Amino acid sequence: MELLRFSTAGSVDDGKSTLIGRLLYDSKSIFEDQMQAVKDASKRLGLGDEVNLALLTDGLRAEREQGITIDVAYRYFATPKRKFIIADTPGHIEYTRNMVTGASTADVAIILIDARNGIIEQSKRHSYIASLLQIPNVVVAINKMDLVGFSEDVFNTIKKEYEEISKILKLKNVIFIPISALNGDNVVDASTNIPWYKGETLLHLLETLPVRVDETKLPARFPVQYVIRPYSDEFHDYRGYAGRISGGSFKVGDAVTVLPSKTASKIVAIDEGNQSLEEAFTPQSVSIRLADNVDISRGDIIIKSDEHKPTVSANVSVMVCWLNHRPLNVGGKYIIRHATDETRAIIKEVHYKVNINTLENILDDKTVNVNDIAHITIKAMKPLKYDSYQENRITGSLVLIDENTFETVGAGMIVHDLEDESFAI
Amino acid sequence: MSYKLTHLKELESESIFILREVAAQFEKPALLFSGGKDSIVMAYLAYKAFYPAAIPFPFVHIDTGHNFEETITYRDELVELLGASLIVGSVEESIKTGRAVEEKGYTASRNKLQTVTLLDTLEEHKFDAALGGARRDEEKARAKERFFSHRDEFGQWDPKNQRPELWNIFNGKKQLGEHFRVFPISNWTEMDVWQYILQENIPLPSLYYTHEREVFERDGVIYAALDAIPRKPTETVEVKQVRCRTIGDITCTGLTLSTANSLVDIIDEIASSRVTERGGRSDDKRSEAAMEDRKKAGYF
Repeated sequence: MELLRFSTAGSVDDGKSTLIGRLLYDSKSIFEDQMQAVKDASKRLGLGDEVNLALLTDGLRAEREQGITIDVAYRYFATPKRKFIIADTPGHIEYTRNMVTGASTADVAIILIDARNGIIEQSKRHSYIASLLQIPNVVVAINKMDLVGFSEDVFNTIKKEYEEISKILKLKNVIFIPISALNGDNVVDASTNIPWYKGETLLHLLETLPVRVDETKLPARFPVQYVIRPYSDEFHDYRGYAGRISGGSFKVGDAVTVLPSKTASKIVAIDEGNQSLEEAFTPQSVSIRLADNVDISRGDIIIKSDEHKPTVSANVSVMVCWLNHRPLNVGGKYIIRHATDETRAIIKEVHYKVNINTLENILDDKTVNVNDIAHITIKAMKPLKYDSYQENRITGSLVLIDENTFETVGAGMIVHDLEDESFAI
Repeated sequence: MSYKLTHLKELESESIFILREVAAQFEKPALLFSGGKDSIVMAYLAYKAFYPAAIPFPFVHIDTGHNFEETITYRDELVELLGASLIVGSVEESIKTGRAVEEKGYTASRNKLQTVTLLDTLEEHKFDAALGGARRDEEKARAKERFFSHRDEFGQWDPKNQRPELWNIFNGKKQLGEHFRVFPISNWTEMDVWQYILQENIPLPSLYYTHEREVFERDGVIYAALDAIPRKPTETVEVKQVRCRTIGDITCTGLTLSTANSLVDIIDEIASSRVTERGGRSDDKRSEAAMEDRKKAGYF
């Protein structure tokens, strides 16, 4: 059984929590005591016998009181084919940071559109984030079809309009489904109300979309996380470099290079607990032993010598999503976390901000506030070893941390200067 | 070679990554060990993460004094087997020294008092990160929890102001006096835990398998008839074939009528179960936001 991670995004009242409730309910992932708790809460909120499935996911007291989702909630269900992790992210404007968080690990983004309202600013915002975070598959679920008489025309009009947006945003694999989350049409079971739709149901799609097949074909990357040195009699000379493979695969015997020192060596063993493997691949956590006694520490990256190398440079060009209420300080210093590496960096320049509602670049206002997305350049105190985010989601991403409060204040996706145009709109 | 991982291997790999991140980022971490299946899985994952070196942090057990005997025996054997070290924080001691006040009446439980002992133990040993086996599927407030969960100097959780957690970058930076709770198996479900125990052939305390026991029923929940829970005169003791689906201390562990005596039986039983494992936990039934409130105060 494989694991698929997907995120859901929608505007307030798009029926996102209802959709998740429906997936859990129809796949029989809701237990009786949970259902009873939801029924009781629905009654307390004055809904009578109507059961509000949204209450299954809105876990915090404030959320249930206000009827909104505040924070990313993670939900789990499984079918005989796959195990699913849902990152349920709030749709309203002040919580863009949560949407970025939920999308950062997703294989699929489900974007909900209310059939009555069509594409609104928030739909564009969600789509931009799916594009920025390079989510491999986007499912556009056009919801509340029951409220537009299951009209094929309504569906096609929205679809056509969305295709214009997905072309601009260069979204990869976009699939449209007409659904009614409230009644379950095309969620788990095919709808008899929508005979004109010949495609798959949402669940079937989630069960069959390819999962991260490309990551294991990337140039191999192994950010060293921790050095295992037992200092015991039995394992006197053991020195294992522990980490999680973050691109491609490694085999015993591979010629490797350690960056930034450019030291060359050879893999003599790949260990996983007390077992030794011949080969390991993304995203396995292993420890690697090398033929030579080289100086390697946390933050270094091991790569295969004959493959495309990451850029080694202190200058980094980044699309940043700002996560904090204190604006980005140009000329200010921040702590940078990149893969397993950490250093400090200074913000050199803000090139432009993106208006993600209109999908236009803003050149005259360069103040980067919370939930803004901007193209910036930073200079680190030491060289980073990085790929572009397009090439590798792990070695191409970084976070900025406030030096005083230690809060995570920015999420950065590295762009090569030549690729800047791919994010410019 | 097929470059595909099973969901269990992927979860294992994620958890090992987190455990190693904790060892790398913190000066003095500890693993909170309750004797339940989730913390047992955590112990084995920690063993795997650092092999052949010793686990670089001690296990901490917050002992309510109301534990099943089997839990303590199992704990001591496991610590020995994995070559780990153990620190015990005693709720009994917290009560004796006046740090905690025993609840009264038939429903008295030391569950809530554990928070005092836990925070005191973390402070006494200057632990800056406490690894816990909580899972997001357990309870709705836990569904909102980060892997690296920041706690202020009072040990409190602020659910509305959590640090964003992106990709696999974890920010464990903190001010003096603050600490982190870290939950490496956040993404596991109850079923994943059981399937992993089966796959890895991990021995469990006998309480998880069917056994005959003197029990009594209260509000639809079956409890062990032991001294830790005072019984009302109307509550009668019967002998039944039961097992634990979760193990907490005696006062909050509901037992399940079951004849399951192997891991395969247990997995079948859970697959067809219609209530969650916390359905038998009286600590969650106290109010709708019981878990959220306890977590804010510094609970596991």
